[in-house]
Amino acid sequence: MSATLEKGVRVLKEVIDAPIASYFSSCVHCGLCAQACLFYTETGDPKYTPIHKLEPMRRLYEQEYTVMGRIKKLLGLSMPVTDAELGQWQELVYNSCTLCGRCSAVCPAGNDIVYMVRKMREGMSASGNAPAGIKDAAKRTVTIGSPMGVKLPAVKAQMKHVEKDFGIPIPMDVEGAEYMVLLSSMEIMNFPEYLGAIAKIMKHAGKTWTLCSTAFEATNAGIQIGNSDIAKVIVSRIVEGAERLKVKTVISPECGHAYTALRWEGANLIGRPFTFKVQHIIEVLGEFQELSLLKTEGFEKDRLTFHDPCQLARRGGVIQPQRNLMNMVSKDFVEMPDAGYMNWCCGGGGGASAIEEGEELRLQAFKVKKAQFETVKPDRIVTACANCRIVLEEGLEHYQMDLPVVGLTEMVADHLVEKGAQ
Amino acid sequence: MNDLQLLTWVRGPCLNISIVIFVAGIFWRLFEVYSLGRKKDLSTPRQLAGASGWHTIMRRMLPAEGLLKKAPITYIGGGIFHVGLAVVVFLFAPHIKLIQSLVAVSWPALPSQFVDLAAIVTLAAMLVLLADRIKNPIKRFLSTFEDWFTWGLTFMPLLTGWLAARHLLLPYTTMLSLHIFLVELLLVFLPFTKLFHSFTVFGSRWFNGTANGHKGVAV
Repeated sequence: MSATLEKGVRVLKEVIDAPIASYFSSCVHCGLCAQACLFYTETGDPKYTPIHKLEPMRRLYEQEYTVMGRIKKLLGLSMPVTDAELGQWQELVYNSCTLCGRCSAVCPAGNDIVYMVRKMREGMSASGNAPAGIKDAAKRTVTIGSPMGVKLPAVKAQMKHVEKDFGIPIPMDVEGAEYMVLLSSMEIMNFPEYLGAIAKIMKHAGKTWTLCSTAFEATNAGIQIGNSDIAKVIVSRIVEGAERLKVKTVISPECGHAYTALRWEGANLIGRPFTFKVQHIIEVLGEFQELSLLKTEGFEKDRLTFHDPCQLARRGGVIQPQRNLMNMVSKDFVEMPDAGYMNWCCGGGGGASAIEEGEELRLQAFKVKKAQFETVKPDRIVTACANCRIVLEEGLEHYQMDLPVVGLTEMVADHLVEKGAQ
Repeated sequence: MNDLQLLTWVRGPCLNISIVIFVAGIFWRLFEVYSLGRKKDLSTPRQLAGASGWHTIMRRMLPAEGLLKKAPITYIGGGIFHVGLAVVVFLFAPHIKLIQSLVAVSWPALPSQFVDLAAIVTLAAMLVLLADRIKNPIKRFLSTFEDWFTWGLTFMPLLTGWLAARHLLLPYTTMLSLHIFLVELLLVFLPFTKLFHSFTVFGSRWFNGTANGHKGVAV
C-alpha cells in the first residue's frame, strides 16, 4: 500500500460515523437516487447512480466496522481498496457530482448520500485523487487568498471603480459595522456590479457595513476538494476578520458553496460556535424586505424565472425570500418545473466547474436545465450564485440559447428609490 | 427422520437457535452501527416547522416529488410488497399464535381468505420487482449476489407458507416444516444482509431529517 493510499484509507476510516454506517446498512439498491441525479438522467449511464459513487467507501466501512465484513476480508471474499480504484472513482466523486443533494432528498431509506460524498472526498483528497482543477484552486486560496488568484490590490482597484460608477464610498476595515460583506472571486473579477449593488442597498436601508482587508474572499475550495484542513484555514480568516472588526453579521455573497462552507460547516471546522451571525445576501435582503427597509419603484417587464442555487435552497433552507424579492421587482415571474426545493443543479457546483476534463459531461448534464428553461420560455434567468451564473452562461452559449443571466441582488438594487427622491 | 420428527425439530431446537442468532444479531448490528457516534453540530440552527427527524421518517414512506412517474414499478411494487408482507407476517392467525407463545402478546387476526389474497398479491409484486431488477439498467448494474440471495430468502418462506396453507404440492407437514425452516434461515441472515434496513431505515431517515431540520429545510 502506497503512503498516500494509506493516508487516504486512514482519513476515510476517520470520517465514517454512525449516520454513514446507518446509510450503508439501509441501502437496498432500489436505484431511485439515479433518477434524481442529472448526471444519470442526462446520460443514461448507470455508473452515475449516486450510491455507486461511494462503493470504495462502502467496502471499507464493511471491512473495517462490521464483523461480517472482517470475516469476508479474511476469507478473501472482499477486495481491498486500491490506488487504481480510487483513481478511477475520481470522475464519479468529483466530475459527476456537484453536491447538489437531490439524491439525499429522494432516497426512500432516508440516506443522506451527498453527506457521504462530501466525506468520501476527504479520503480522495488525502490519497491524492482529487482533480487538478480543484486542487489548484484550493492551493491558490491558501497561498494567494482566493481560488482565482485575486489579491487585495485587485479588490481595491474594483472598489475604486465601483465608487466612481455608483458615487457611494466602499468602506473597508470599519470596526463595529453591523455587516461584514464577503465577495467571491467571480464577483470581484466578472461581476463587480454586485459590490455596487451592496453599497446602494446598505445606504438605502441605513445599515453600516464594511469589507475586510484580511477576509474578502468567501469561497472555500477546501470544502469542494474535501480537505477539512484547508477548509479550516480559509474559514479561520473570515472568523478572525469578523471578530477583529466586531461585526454582528457576516454576509455570504451570491455563491452557494461559500454559504454552506461558512453557515453550516464553518463552526464545525474551527471547533467552536461563531460569535457572529452568518447570512446569505438573499436572507439579508429578505429581512430588509420584511422590515419594509426596501422602497422600490417600477418593475421588470420581461418574463423572468429564478434558478435556485442548490446550496441556498435544498441544502440551505432559503427558498421563499428570493421569491418574495422577485415579486417585489418583477411583473412576469414564472416558476420552472421542480423549482425551489427540488430545482435541478446548474451542473457546475461543488467544484465541478473547476474541472476542465469534466466539461463535456457537464454540458451533457446541462440538457436538464435547457429543458427546464424551454418549458417556461423566459426572457432572462435570475439567480443568486455567481458560479451558477457562469455555468449557466456557458451552457446556454453551448446550446445557442440567447438568454441573459442576472443576479438577484443587482436587480433589487436597480429598483431602489433614490434616497433624495423619497 | 419422519415428517413429524422434522416438524418437531424445526419448531423446537432449530427455532430457538435461529431466534437467538436473530435477536443477538440485531442487537450486535445496531451497536456496530450506532456506537460509531457522530460529532455535535456547532453551527447555529435555523429550526423550521415541518422539518425534523420524525417528519422525514413519515415523509419518506411516500414517493418523492415527481419520481413516481419515473420509477412506478419500484414505488408501487415496493409499496405493495412491504404492506403485503406485513399483513401476511403479522395478521395471519397461526403467526399471531406463535408470537403469543413466544412473547405473550397478541392481537386480532385477519380472516385467512384475506391473508391468502394478500400472500398472492405480495408474491406477484415480488416477481414483478425481480423482473424489474433484471430488466432495469440501474438496478441490474447495482445488483450483487446479496440482492438476488435476499430476494430468494424473502420469497421462499412466503411461497412455501402459502403452499402449506393451501395444502399444495407437498404433504402439509412437509411443506410446513420447509416453510418454518426457510423463515428461520431468513431470521438468521436478516441482521447481516441488506434486509437489516428494516431496522436501520428509521435511524437513517432520522439522521437525514435532523440535519435538514437543523438547517430549516422542510421536506
